[in-house]
Amino acid sequence: MTVGQLLFIVVSAATLLSALITVINRNLFHAALWLIATLFGVAALFVLLEAGFLAAVQVLLYIGAIATLIIFAVMLTRRLMTETREAVNSEWWLSAALAGVLIVLLIAIIGRVPAWASTAPQADVSGSIAELGQALVSPDLYVLPFELASVMLLVALIGAIIIAREGRR
Amino acid sequence: MDLLKDPLVFLYLQIEATLRSAGLAPELVNVAMQLIGVVVVATFCLLLIIFTTWLERKVVARMQDRLGPNRAGPFGILQSIADVIKFLTKEDLMPTGADRWVFNIAPLMAVIAVLLIWAVIPFSWNVIGTNVNIGVIYVVAVGAFGTLSILMAGWGSNNKYALLGAFRVVAQLISYEVPMILALLVPVLLARSMRMNDIVMAQGVWFIVLAPIAALIFFITSLAEVGRTPFDLLEAESEIVAGYHIEYSGMKWALFMLAEFLHAFTISALFATLFLGGWRGPGVGDLNRPGIPILGVVYFLIKSFLVYFVVMWVRGTLPRIRIDHMLAFCWKFLTPVALVNISVMAVVDKLIPATAGLWGRAGILLLTNLVMGAGILIAVAMVAHRARQREAALLAQAEALPATVGTAR
Repeated sequence: MTVGQLLFIVVSAATLLSALITVINRNLFHAALWLIATLFGVAALFVLLEAGFLAAVQVLLYIGAIATLIIFAVMLTRRLMTETREAVNSEWWLSAALAGVLIVLLIAIIGRVPAWASTAPQADVSGSIAELGQALVSPDLYVLPFELASVMLLVALIGAIIIAREGRR
Repeated sequence: MDLLKDPLVFLYLQIEATLRSAGLAPELVNVAMQLIGVVVVATFCLLLIIFTTWLERKVVARMQDRLGPNRAGPFGILQSIADVIKFLTKEDLMPTGADRWVFNIAPLMAVIAVLLIWAVIPFSWNVIGTNVNIGVIYVVAVGAFGTLSILMAGWGSNNKYALLGAFRVVAQLISYEVPMILALLVPVLLARSMRMNDIVMAQGVWFIVLAPIAALIFFITSLAEVGRTPFDLLEAESEIVAGYHIEYSGMKWALFMLAEFLHAFTISALFATLFLGGWRGPGVGDLNRPGIPILGVVYFLIKSFLVYFVVMWVRGTLPRIRIDHMLAFCWKFLTPVALVNISVMAVVDKLIPATAGLWGRAGILLLTNLVMGAGILIAVAMVAHRARQREAALLAQAEALPATVGTAR
Protein backbone atom coordinates (compact mmCIF):
# COMPACT_ATOMS: atom_id res chain seq x y z
CA MET A 1 0.00 0.00 0.00
CA THR A 2 1.63 3.20 -1.14
CA VAL A 3 1.40 6.46 0.72
CA GLY A 4 -0.82 7.83 -2.05
CA GLN A 5 -3.31 5.02 -1.60
CA LEU A 6 -3.31 5.45 2.15
CA LEU A 7 -3.91 9.18 1.82
CA PHE A 8 -6.74 8.58 -0.62
CA ILE A 9 -8.43 6.09 1.71
CA VAL A 10 -8.10 8.39 4.72
CA VAL A 11 -9.36 11.47 2.87
CA SER A 12 -12.27 9.62 1.28
CA ALA A 13 -13.31 8.06 4.57
CA ALA A 14 -13.19 11.46 6.28
CA THR A 15 -15.25 13.05 3.51
CA LEU A 16 -17.88 10.33 3.55
CA LEU A 17 -18.09 10.37 7.33
CA SER A 18 -18.48 14.16 7.38
CA ALA A 19 -21.20 13.95 4.73
CA LEU A 20 -23.04 11.32 6.74
CA ILE A 21 -22.89 13.36 9.92
CA THR A 22 -24.03 16.45 8.01
CA VAL A 23 -27.17 14.67 6.97
CA ILE A 24 -28.11 12.98 10.24
CA ASN A 25 -27.09 15.79 12.61
CA ARG A 26 -29.87 17.38 14.58
CA ASN A 27 -28.20 20.70 15.28
CA LEU A 28 -28.36 22.91 12.20
CA PHE A 29 -25.20 24.86 12.92
CA HIS A 30 -23.21 21.69 13.53
CA ALA A 31 -24.55 20.31 10.26
CA ALA A 32 -23.24 23.42 8.48
CA LEU A 33 -19.81 22.90 10.07
CA TRP A 34 -19.71 19.24 9.06
CA LEU A 35 -20.65 20.35 5.55
CA ILE A 36 -17.56 22.54 5.59
CA ALA A 37 -15.50 19.51 6.59
CA THR A 38 -17.01 17.57 3.67
CA LEU A 39 -16.19 20.35 1.21
CA PHE A 40 -12.66 20.47 2.54
CA GLY A 41 -12.40 16.71 2.00
CA VAL A 42 -13.50 17.20 -1.60
CA ALA A 43 -10.82 19.85 -2.02
CA ALA A 44 -8.25 17.37 -0.66
CA LEU A 45 -9.46 14.83 -3.23
CA PHE A 46 -8.89 17.44 -5.94
CA VAL A 47 -5.34 17.84 -4.69
CA LEU A 48 -4.81 14.08 -4.84
CA LEU A 49 -5.97 14.23 -8.47
CA GLU A 50 -3.31 16.87 -9.18
CA ALA A 51 -5.91 19.60 -9.82
CA GLY A 52 -4.49 22.18 -7.43
CA PHE A 53 -6.29 25.13 -8.95
CA LEU A 54 -9.68 23.45 -8.57
CA ALA A 55 -8.87 22.61 -4.95
CA ALA A 56 -8.02 26.23 -4.15
CA VAL A 57 -11.11 27.52 -5.94
CA GLN A 58 -13.22 24.90 -4.13
CA VAL A 59 -12.00 26.13 -0.75
CA LEU A 60 -12.27 29.76 -1.75
CA LEU A 61 -15.78 29.59 -3.19
CA TYR A 62 -17.50 26.77 -1.37
CA ILE A 63 -16.05 27.22 2.09
CA GLY A 64 -15.21 30.90 1.97
CA ALA A 65 -18.39 32.12 0.34
CA ILE A 66 -21.17 29.54 0.12
CA ALA A 67 -20.66 27.91 3.51
CA THR A 68 -20.30 31.33 5.16
CA LEU A 69 -23.56 32.39 3.50
CA ILE A 70 -25.28 29.23 4.74
CA ILE A 71 -24.05 29.91 8.26
CA PHE A 72 -25.24 33.52 8.06
CA ALA A 73 -28.65 32.34 6.89
CA VAL A 74 -28.85 29.81 9.72
CA MET A 75 -27.83 32.35 12.32
CA LEU A 76 -30.11 35.10 11.11
CA THR A 77 -33.26 33.01 10.87
CA ARG A 78 -33.03 30.74 13.92
CA ARG A 79 -33.76 32.36 17.20
CA LEU A 80 -32.71 29.65 19.63
CA MET A 81 -29.20 28.29 19.44
CA THR A 82 -30.05 24.93 20.92
CA GLU A 83 -33.12 24.38 18.79
CA THR A 84 -32.83 20.96 17.23
CA ARG A 85 -35.11 19.12 14.91
CA GLU A 86 -35.64 15.51 14.12
CA ALA A 87 -33.31 14.38 11.38
CA VAL A 88 -35.97 12.40 9.49
CA ASN A 89 -39.48 13.30 8.41
CA SER A 90 -42.49 11.07 7.72
CA GLU A 91 -41.65 10.32 4.07
CA TRP A 92 -38.34 8.68 4.83
CA TRP A 93 -39.33 5.38 3.18
CA LEU A 94 -39.81 7.10 -0.20
CA SER A 95 -36.40 8.78 -0.16
CA ALA A 96 -34.79 5.53 1.07
CA ALA A 97 -36.31 3.68 -1.88
CA LEU A 98 -35.12 6.31 -4.37
CA ALA A 99 -31.64 6.32 -2.85
CA GLY A 100 -31.52 2.53 -3.12
CA VAL A 101 -32.47 2.68 -6.80
CA LEU A 102 -29.77 5.32 -7.35
CA ILE A 103 -27.13 3.17 -5.64
CA VAL A 104 -28.01 0.18 -7.78
CA LEU A 105 -27.82 2.29 -10.95
CA LEU A 106 -24.46 3.80 -9.95
CA ILE A 107 -22.93 0.43 -9.12
CA ALA A 108 -24.16 -0.99 -12.41
CA ILE A 109 -22.65 1.86 -14.41
CA ILE A 110 -19.35 2.01 -12.53
CA GLY A 111 -19.05 -1.76 -12.78
CA ARG A 112 -18.80 -1.39 -16.53
CA VAL A 113 -15.49 0.48 -16.29
CA PRO A 114 -13.13 -1.87 -18.14
CA ALA A 115 -9.96 -1.63 -16.12
CA TRP A 116 -9.74 -1.45 -12.35
CA ALA A 117 -6.34 -0.22 -11.24
CA SER A 118 -4.95 -0.09 -7.74
CA THR A 119 -3.05 3.12 -8.38
CA ALA A 120 -4.37 6.34 -9.82
CA PRO A 121 -3.67 6.80 -13.53
CA GLN A 122 -0.89 9.18 -14.40
CA ALA A 123 -2.54 12.56 -14.31
CA ASP A 124 -2.10 14.87 -17.25
CA VAL A 125 -0.26 17.68 -15.50
CA SER A 126 0.49 19.55 -18.69
CA GLY A 127 -2.76 21.47 -18.29
CA SER A 128 -1.60 24.61 -16.57
CA ILE A 129 -3.57 27.57 -15.37
CA ALA A 130 -2.59 29.51 -18.48
CA GLU A 131 -4.24 26.83 -20.59
CA LEU A 132 -7.32 26.99 -18.39
CA GLY A 133 -7.47 30.74 -18.90
CA GLN A 134 -7.09 30.42 -22.62
CA ALA A 135 -9.75 27.71 -22.75
CA LEU A 136 -12.17 30.04 -20.99
CA VAL A 137 -11.85 32.81 -23.56
CA SER A 138 -11.09 30.88 -26.71
CA PRO A 139 -13.91 31.20 -29.28
CA ASP A 140 -14.00 27.53 -30.10
CA LEU A 141 -13.76 26.28 -26.53
CA TYR A 142 -15.63 27.67 -23.55
CA VAL A 143 -16.16 31.38 -24.11
CA LEU A 144 -19.92 31.05 -24.61
CA PRO A 145 -20.65 29.25 -21.30
CA PHE A 146 -18.25 31.65 -19.60
CA GLU A 147 -20.07 34.73 -20.87
CA LEU A 148 -23.47 33.19 -20.13
CA ALA A 149 -22.35 32.48 -16.56
CA SER A 150 -21.24 36.11 -16.19
CA VAL A 151 -24.62 37.33 -17.45
CA MET A 152 -26.37 34.99 -15.02
CA LEU A 153 -24.32 36.33 -12.12
CA LEU A 154 -25.14 39.88 -13.19
CA VAL A 155 -28.86 39.03 -13.28
CA ALA A 156 -28.64 37.50 -9.81
CA LEU A 157 -26.82 40.59 -8.51
CA ILE A 158 -29.39 42.98 -9.97
CA GLY A 159 -32.23 40.83 -8.65
CA ALA A 160 -30.74 40.84 -5.15
CA ILE A 161 -30.35 44.62 -5.22
CA ILE A 162 -33.94 45.10 -6.36
CA ILE A 163 -35.29 42.78 -3.68
CA ALA A 164 -33.22 44.42 -0.97
CA ARG A 165 -34.10 47.99 -1.87
CA GLU A 166 -35.84 50.02 0.77
CA GLY A 167 -39.03 50.47 -1.17
CA ARG A 168 -39.93 53.00 -3.82
CA ARG A 169 -39.33 56.62 -2.93
CA MET B 1 31.45 25.93 2.66
CA ASP B 2 28.04 24.62 1.84
CA LEU B 3 27.16 24.54 5.51
CA LEU B 4 27.96 28.22 5.88
CA LYS B 5 26.35 29.38 2.68
CA ASP B 6 23.23 27.30 2.84
CA PRO B 7 22.77 25.76 6.30
CA LEU B 8 19.06 25.06 5.97
CA VAL B 9 19.19 23.00 2.79
CA PHE B 10 22.39 21.35 4.02
CA LEU B 11 20.66 20.19 7.23
CA TYR B 12 17.65 19.07 5.24
CA LEU B 13 19.76 16.91 2.94
CA GLN B 14 21.71 15.48 5.85
CA ILE B 15 18.56 14.43 7.68
CA GLU B 16 17.15 12.96 4.51
CA ALA B 17 20.32 10.98 3.87
CA THR B 18 20.31 9.70 7.46
CA LEU B 19 16.72 8.55 7.19
CA ARG B 20 17.37 6.87 3.89
CA SER B 21 20.40 5.03 5.13
CA ALA B 22 18.40 3.91 8.16
CA GLY B 23 16.43 1.75 5.78
CA LEU B 24 13.12 3.61 5.41
CA ALA B 25 11.24 3.29 2.15
CA PRO B 26 11.80 6.36 -0.08
CA GLU B 27 8.12 7.34 0.09
CA LEU B 28 8.18 7.32 3.86
CA VAL B 29 11.38 9.35 3.83
CA ASN B 30 9.57 11.92 1.68
CA VAL B 31 6.62 12.05 4.07
CA ALA B 32 8.94 12.30 7.07
CA MET B 33 10.86 15.20 5.50
CA GLN B 34 7.60 17.00 4.74
CA LEU B 35 6.45 16.53 8.33
CA ILE B 36 9.76 17.85 9.63
CA GLY B 37 9.38 20.86 7.35
CA VAL B 38 5.87 21.51 8.67
CA VAL B 39 7.05 21.31 12.29
CA VAL B 40 10.02 23.60 11.62
CA VAL B 41 7.97 26.30 9.87
CA ALA B 42 5.19 26.24 12.47
CA THR B 43 7.68 26.39 15.35
CA PHE B 44 9.54 29.25 13.69
CA CYS B 45 6.32 31.24 13.33
CA LEU B 46 5.22 30.65 16.90
CA LEU B 47 8.66 31.55 18.27
CA LEU B 48 8.68 34.68 16.12
CA ILE B 49 5.48 35.78 17.85
CA ILE B 50 7.28 35.92 21.19
CA PHE B 51 9.63 38.46 19.65
CA THR B 52 7.09 40.43 17.64
CA THR B 53 4.68 40.96 20.55
CA TRP B 54 7.50 42.47 22.61
CA LEU B 55 8.60 44.57 19.63
CA GLU B 56 5.06 45.78 18.99
CA ARG B 57 4.52 46.83 22.58
CA LYS B 58 7.80 48.71 22.75
CA VAL B 59 7.44 50.44 19.38
CA VAL B 60 3.82 51.50 19.84
CA ALA B 61 4.64 52.66 23.36
CA ARG B 62 7.48 54.85 22.12
CA MET B 63 5.21 56.29 19.46
CA GLN B 64 2.77 57.16 22.22
CA ASP B 65 5.54 58.81 24.25
CA ARG B 66 5.72 56.15 26.95
CA LEU B 67 8.16 53.36 27.71
CA GLY B 68 6.35 50.11 27.28
CA PRO B 69 7.21 46.99 29.25
CA ASN B 70 10.55 47.41 31.00
CA ARG B 71 10.24 45.44 34.22
CA ALA B 72 10.43 41.82 33.17
CA GLY B 73 14.06 41.41 32.21
CA PRO B 74 16.33 43.99 30.53
CA PHE B 75 14.20 46.22 28.31
CA GLY B 76 11.22 44.02 29.11
CA ILE B 77 12.38 41.20 26.85
CA LEU B 78 10.97 38.51 29.13
CA GLN B 79 7.55 40.16 29.15
CA SER B 80 6.15 37.80 26.51
CA ILE B 81 7.27 34.77 28.50
CA ALA B 82 5.69 36.21 31.64
CA ASP B 83 2.50 36.72 29.65
CA VAL B 84 2.52 33.12 28.45
CA ILE B 85 2.89 31.86 32.01
CA LYS B 86 0.03 34.11 33.08
CA PHE B 87 -2.23 32.82 30.31
CA LEU B 88 -1.42 29.20 31.09
CA THR B 89 -2.33 29.60 34.72
CA LYS B 90 -5.61 31.46 34.20
CA GLU B 91 -8.93 29.74 34.73
CA ASP B 92 -10.37 28.24 31.60
CA LEU B 93 -13.95 29.46 31.49
CA MET B 94 -16.80 28.31 29.36
CA PRO B 95 -20.11 30.20 29.52
CA THR B 96 -23.24 28.17 30.31
CA GLY B 97 -25.09 27.10 27.22
CA ALA B 98 -22.04 27.51 25.04
CA ASP B 99 -21.52 24.97 22.33
CA ARG B 100 -18.56 23.05 23.71
CA TRP B 101 -16.95 21.82 20.51
CA VAL B 102 -17.50 24.98 18.50
CA PHE B 103 -16.33 27.16 21.40
CA ASN B 104 -13.11 25.21 21.80
CA ILE B 105 -12.22 24.72 18.16
CA ALA B 106 -12.68 28.37 17.12
CA PRO B 107 -9.36 29.71 18.51
CA LEU B 108 -7.51 26.69 17.10
CA MET B 109 -8.92 27.36 13.65
CA ALA B 110 -7.91 30.99 13.87
CA VAL B 111 -4.27 30.01 14.46
CA ILE B 112 -4.39 27.22 11.87
CA ALA B 113 -5.72 29.58 9.22
CA VAL B 114 -2.72 31.87 9.68
CA LEU B 115 -0.09 29.15 9.98
CA LEU B 116 -1.26 27.60 6.72
CA ILE B 117 -0.21 30.73 4.83
CA TRP B 118 3.42 30.19 5.80
CA ALA B 119 3.53 27.06 3.67
CA VAL B 120 3.92 29.08 0.48
CA ILE B 121 6.08 32.01 1.56
CA PRO B 122 9.57 31.77 0.05
CA PHE B 123 12.40 32.41 2.50
CA SER B 124 14.99 31.97 -0.21
CA TRP B 125 15.09 30.57 -3.69
CA ASN B 126 15.47 27.04 -2.39
CA VAL B 127 13.84 27.42 1.01
CA ILE B 128 10.10 27.36 0.62
CA GLY B 129 7.47 25.16 2.22
CA THR B 130 5.94 24.11 -1.06
CA ASN B 131 6.19 25.88 -4.37
CA VAL B 132 2.67 25.10 -5.55
CA ASN B 133 1.59 26.53 -8.86
CA ILE B 134 -1.42 28.20 -7.20
CA GLY B 135 0.54 30.06 -4.52
CA VAL B 136 -1.44 33.31 -4.59
CA ILE B 137 -4.89 31.70 -4.74
CA TYR B 138 -3.88 29.33 -1.93
CA VAL B 139 -3.17 32.35 0.29
CA VAL B 140 -6.60 33.82 -0.40
CA ALA B 141 -8.38 30.47 0.02
CA VAL B 142 -6.76 29.88 3.38
CA GLY B 143 -7.89 33.31 4.54
CA ALA B 144 -11.44 31.98 4.29
CA PHE B 145 -10.74 29.74 7.28
CA GLY B 146 -10.02 32.76 9.43
CA THR B 147 -13.45 34.17 8.64
CA LEU B 148 -15.01 30.86 9.64
CA SER B 149 -13.20 30.79 12.98
CA ILE B 150 -14.65 34.18 13.88
CA LEU B 151 -18.15 33.00 13.06
CA MET B 152 -17.64 29.92 15.18
CA ALA B 153 -16.33 32.01 18.06
CA GLY B 154 -19.28 34.39 17.92
CA TRP B 155 -21.83 31.58 17.73
CA GLY B 156 -20.22 29.29 20.24
CA SER B 157 -20.18 31.92 22.95
CA ASN B 158 -23.95 31.84 23.48
CA ASN B 159 -23.83 35.61 23.73
CA LYS B 160 -25.92 37.91 21.52
CA TYR B 161 -23.31 40.63 21.63
CA ALA B 162 -20.56 38.25 20.65
CA LEU B 163 -22.70 37.14 17.72
CA LEU B 164 -23.32 40.71 16.59
CA GLY B 165 -19.64 41.50 16.92
CA ALA B 166 -18.82 38.40 14.88
CA PHE B 167 -21.29 39.45 12.17
CA ARG B 168 -19.68 42.87 11.88
CA VAL B 169 -16.16 41.52 11.72
CA VAL B 170 -17.12 38.91 9.13
CA ALA B 171 -18.85 41.59 7.04
CA GLN B 172 -15.65 43.61 7.17
CA LEU B 173 -13.46 40.63 6.26
CA ILE B 174 -15.66 39.48 3.39
CA SER B 175 -15.98 43.00 1.98
CA TYR B 176 -12.25 43.64 1.99
CA GLU B 177 -11.46 40.33 0.32
CA VAL B 178 -12.70 41.70 -3.01
CA PRO B 179 -10.23 44.57 -3.48
CA MET B 180 -7.51 42.43 -1.90
CA ILE B 181 -7.88 39.73 -4.53
CA LEU B 182 -8.01 42.33 -7.28
CA ALA B 183 -4.82 43.93 -5.97
CA LEU B 184 -3.16 40.52 -5.57
CA LEU B 185 -3.80 39.83 -9.22
CA VAL B 186 -1.45 42.62 -10.29
CA PRO B 187 1.82 40.92 -9.26
CA VAL B 188 0.46 37.72 -10.80
CA LEU B 189 -0.17 39.67 -13.99
CA LEU B 190 3.28 41.24 -13.99
CA ALA B 191 5.05 37.96 -13.24
CA ARG B 192 2.88 35.82 -15.54
CA SER B 193 2.66 33.14 -12.89
CA MET B 194 0.92 32.39 -9.61
CA ARG B 195 3.86 30.64 -7.98
CA MET B 196 5.27 32.73 -5.16
CA ASN B 197 8.86 31.96 -6.08
CA ASP B 198 8.20 32.91 -9.70
CA ILE B 199 6.77 36.23 -8.59
CA VAL B 200 9.87 36.92 -6.50
CA MET B 201 12.21 35.90 -9.29
CA ALA B 202 10.37 38.16 -11.77
CA GLN B 203 11.12 41.20 -9.63
CA GLY B 204 14.19 42.53 -11.33
CA VAL B 205 12.63 45.84 -10.43
CA TRP B 206 10.54 45.66 -7.29
CA PHE B 207 6.83 45.48 -8.01
CA ILE B 208 6.15 48.37 -5.68
CA VAL B 209 7.77 50.55 -8.36
CA LEU B 210 5.84 48.90 -11.15
CA ALA B 211 2.48 48.93 -9.38
CA PRO B 212 2.35 51.34 -6.43
CA ILE B 213 -1.44 51.66 -6.50
CA ALA B 214 -1.87 47.89 -6.31
CA ALA B 215 0.66 47.80 -3.45
CA LEU B 216 -1.22 50.49 -1.55
CA ILE B 217 -4.58 48.75 -2.07
CA PHE B 218 -3.08 45.45 -0.94
CA PHE B 219 -1.60 47.07 2.16
CA ILE B 220 -4.85 48.75 3.17
CA THR B 221 -7.03 45.72 2.53
CA SER B 222 -4.57 43.46 4.35
CA LEU B 223 -4.78 45.73 7.39
CA ALA B 224 -8.55 45.40 7.19
CA GLU B 225 -8.30 41.62 6.81
CA VAL B 226 -6.16 41.31 9.92
CA GLY B 227 -8.44 43.59 11.87
CA ARG B 228 -5.80 46.08 12.93
CA THR B 229 -6.16 49.78 13.48
CA PRO B 230 -7.61 51.70 11.79
CA PHE B 231 -9.93 48.78 11.09
CA ASP B 232 -10.04 47.26 14.56
CA LEU B 233 -13.80 47.40 15.03
CA LEU B 234 -13.45 44.41 17.28
CA GLU B 235 -11.60 46.30 19.97
CA ALA B 236 -14.06 49.16 19.63
CA GLU B 237 -16.88 46.77 20.26
CA SER B 238 -15.09 45.55 23.35
CA GLU B 239 -15.07 49.00 24.76
CA ILE B 240 -18.72 49.60 24.07
CA VAL B 241 -20.50 46.25 23.83
CA ALA B 242 -18.55 43.07 23.13
CA GLY B 243 -16.36 41.50 20.53
CA TYR B 244 -16.44 37.95 19.35
CA HIS B 245 -13.86 36.90 21.92
CA ILE B 246 -15.54 38.43 24.96
CA GLU B 247 -16.26 35.01 26.50
CA TYR B 248 -12.76 33.64 26.04
CA SER B 249 -10.24 33.67 28.87
CA GLY B 250 -6.76 32.40 29.48
CA MET B 251 -5.03 30.37 26.83
CA LYS B 252 -7.92 30.47 24.33
CA TRP B 253 -7.89 34.26 24.30
CA ALA B 254 -4.13 34.15 24.03
CA LEU B 255 -4.57 31.97 20.94
CA PHE B 256 -6.82 34.61 19.36
CA MET B 257 -4.28 37.31 20.11
CA LEU B 258 -1.51 35.09 18.80
CA ALA B 259 -3.46 34.57 15.60
CA GLU B 260 -3.92 38.32 15.20
CA PHE B 261 -0.26 39.20 15.74
CA LEU B 262 0.91 36.35 13.57
CA HIS B 263 -1.51 37.41 10.85
CA ALA B 264 -0.14 40.96 11.02
CA PHE B 265 3.40 39.67 10.56
CA THR B 266 2.23 37.29 7.82
CA ILE B 267 0.77 40.07 5.73
CA SER B 268 4.00 41.99 6.19
CA ALA B 269 5.87 38.96 4.88
CA LEU B 270 3.39 38.65 1.99
CA PHE B 271 3.77 42.30 1.10
CA ALA B 272 7.55 41.97 1.19
CA THR B 273 7.36 38.89 -1.03
CA LEU B 274 4.91 40.23 -3.57
CA PHE B 275 5.95 43.86 -3.82
CA LEU B 276 9.38 44.36 -2.25
CA GLY B 277 11.24 41.53 -3.93
CA GLY B 278 11.12 38.96 -1.14
CA TRP B 279 14.48 37.34 -0.74
CA ARG B 280 16.11 39.24 -3.59
CA GLY B 281 19.15 41.33 -2.86
CA PRO B 282 22.84 41.71 -3.61
CA GLY B 283 24.75 38.49 -3.15
CA VAL B 284 21.89 36.03 -3.12
CA GLY B 285 22.14 33.54 -5.90
CA ASP B 286 19.37 32.33 -8.08
CA LEU B 287 18.37 29.12 -9.73
CA ASN B 288 20.94 29.90 -12.36
CA ARG B 289 23.56 31.91 -10.52
CA PRO B 290 25.70 30.86 -7.57
CA GLY B 291 25.43 32.89 -4.42
CA ILE B 292 24.77 32.68 -0.72
CA PRO B 293 21.22 31.44 -0.24
CA ILE B 294 21.15 32.13 3.49
CA LEU B 295 21.45 35.83 2.68
CA GLY B 296 18.04 35.52 1.05
CA VAL B 297 16.52 34.59 4.40
CA VAL B 298 18.22 37.61 5.99
CA TYR B 299 16.93 40.01 3.31
CA PHE B 300 13.45 38.55 3.55
CA LEU B 301 13.32 39.01 7.32
CA ILE B 302 14.67 42.56 7.07
CA LYS B 303 12.02 43.52 4.52
CA SER B 304 9.23 41.83 6.47
CA PHE B 305 10.18 43.64 9.65
CA LEU B 306 10.33 46.94 7.77
CA VAL B 307 6.78 46.47 6.54
CA TYR B 308 5.74 45.31 10.02
CA PHE B 309 7.19 48.54 11.38
CA VAL B 310 4.96 50.48 8.97
CA VAL B 311 1.98 48.40 10.15
CA MET B 312 2.80 49.28 13.78
CA TRP B 313 3.33 52.88 12.76
CA VAL B 314 -0.14 53.04 11.24
CA ARG B 315 -1.56 51.47 14.39
CA GLY B 316 0.07 54.03 16.63
CA THR B 317 -1.04 56.96 14.53
CA LEU B 318 -4.49 56.61 13.04
CA PRO B 319 -7.85 56.65 14.84
CA ARG B 320 -10.49 53.99 14.39
CA ILE B 321 -12.89 54.03 11.44
CA ARG B 322 -16.64 53.69 11.92
CA ILE B 323 -18.29 50.66 10.39
CA ASP B 324 -20.42 52.49 7.86
CA HIS B 325 -17.45 54.60 6.75
CA MET B 326 -15.39 51.45 6.49
CA LEU B 327 -17.87 49.56 4.34
CA ALA B 328 -18.50 52.61 2.16
CA PHE B 329 -14.74 53.04 1.75
CA CYS B 330 -14.41 49.46 0.61
CA TRP B 331 -17.32 49.19 -1.76
CA LYS B 332 -17.51 52.75 -3.10
CA PHE B 333 -13.82 53.55 -3.37
CA LEU B 334 -11.42 50.62 -3.11
CA THR B 335 -13.30 48.15 -5.31
CA PRO B 336 -13.79 50.50 -8.30
CA VAL B 337 -10.20 51.71 -7.96
CA ALA B 338 -8.92 48.14 -7.84
CA LEU B 339 -10.99 47.20 -10.89
CA VAL B 340 -9.77 50.18 -12.88
CA ASN B 341 -6.22 49.50 -11.72
CA ILE B 342 -6.12 45.94 -12.90
CA SER B 343 -7.81 46.71 -16.23
CA VAL B 344 -5.39 49.53 -17.02
CA MET B 345 -2.35 47.55 -15.86
CA ALA B 346 -3.36 44.57 -17.99
CA VAL B 347 -3.84 46.67 -21.11
CA VAL B 348 -0.67 48.73 -20.65
CA ASP B 349 1.45 45.71 -19.79
CA LYS B 350 0.33 44.02 -22.97
CA LEU B 351 1.09 47.07 -25.08
CA ILE B 352 4.65 47.56 -23.81
CA PRO B 353 7.04 46.58 -26.60
CA ALA B 354 9.43 43.80 -25.76
CA THR B 355 12.34 46.06 -26.60
CA ALA B 356 11.64 48.26 -23.59
CA GLY B 357 13.79 46.15 -21.30
CA LEU B 358 13.52 45.89 -17.54
CA TRP B 359 13.76 49.54 -16.56
CA GLY B 360 11.80 50.73 -19.57
CA ARG B 361 8.88 48.56 -18.55
CA ALA B 362 9.20 49.78 -14.98
CA GLY B 363 9.19 53.39 -16.11
CA ILE B 364 6.15 53.00 -18.34
CA LEU B 365 4.13 51.17 -15.67
CA LEU B 366 5.14 53.68 -12.98
CA LEU B 367 4.03 56.50 -15.25
CA THR B 368 0.72 54.74 -15.85
CA ASN B 369 0.20 54.35 -12.12
CA LEU B 370 0.96 58.01 -11.49
CA VAL B 371 -1.50 59.07 -14.17
CA MET B 372 -4.13 56.72 -12.69
CA GLY B 373 -3.47 58.07 -9.20
CA ALA B 374 -3.85 61.64 -10.42
CA GLY B 375 -7.08 60.71 -12.20
CA ILE B 376 -8.47 59.06 -9.06
CA LEU B 377 -7.59 62.05 -6.89
CA ILE B 378 -9.23 64.43 -9.36
CA ALA B 379 -12.37 62.25 -9.49
CA VAL B 380 -12.55 62.12 -5.68
CA ALA B 381 -12.07 65.90 -5.50
CA MET B 382 -14.89 66.47 -7.98
CA VAL B 383 -17.24 64.14 -6.11
CA ALA B 384 -16.38 65.81 -2.80
CA HIS B 385 -16.86 69.28 -4.33
CA ARG B 386 -20.30 68.32 -5.62
CA ALA B 387 -21.25 66.81 -2.23
CA ARG B 388 -20.11 69.96 -0.44
CA GLN B 389 -22.16 72.11 -2.84
CA ARG B 390 -25.20 69.96 -2.25
CA GLU B 391 -24.77 70.21 1.51
CA ALA B 392 -24.35 73.97 1.32
CA ALA B 393 -27.56 74.21 -0.72
CA LEU B 394 -29.41 72.07 1.82
CA LEU B 395 -28.06 74.18 4.65
CA ALA B 396 -29.21 77.38 2.92
CA GLN B 397 -32.65 75.84 2.48
CA ALA B 398 -32.81 74.72 6.11
CA GLU B 399 -31.84 78.19 7.28
CA ALA B 400 -34.62 79.74 5.20
CA LEU B 401 -37.26 77.52 6.84
CA PRO B 402 -37.24 78.17 10.64
CA ALA B 403 -38.72 81.65 10.22
CA THR B 404 -41.90 80.18 8.72
CA VAL B 405 -41.94 77.17 11.08
CA GLY B 406 -41.63 79.39 14.14
CA THR B 407 -44.61 81.58 13.15
CA ALA B 408 -46.74 78.54 12.31
CA ARG B 409 -46.63 77.56 15.99
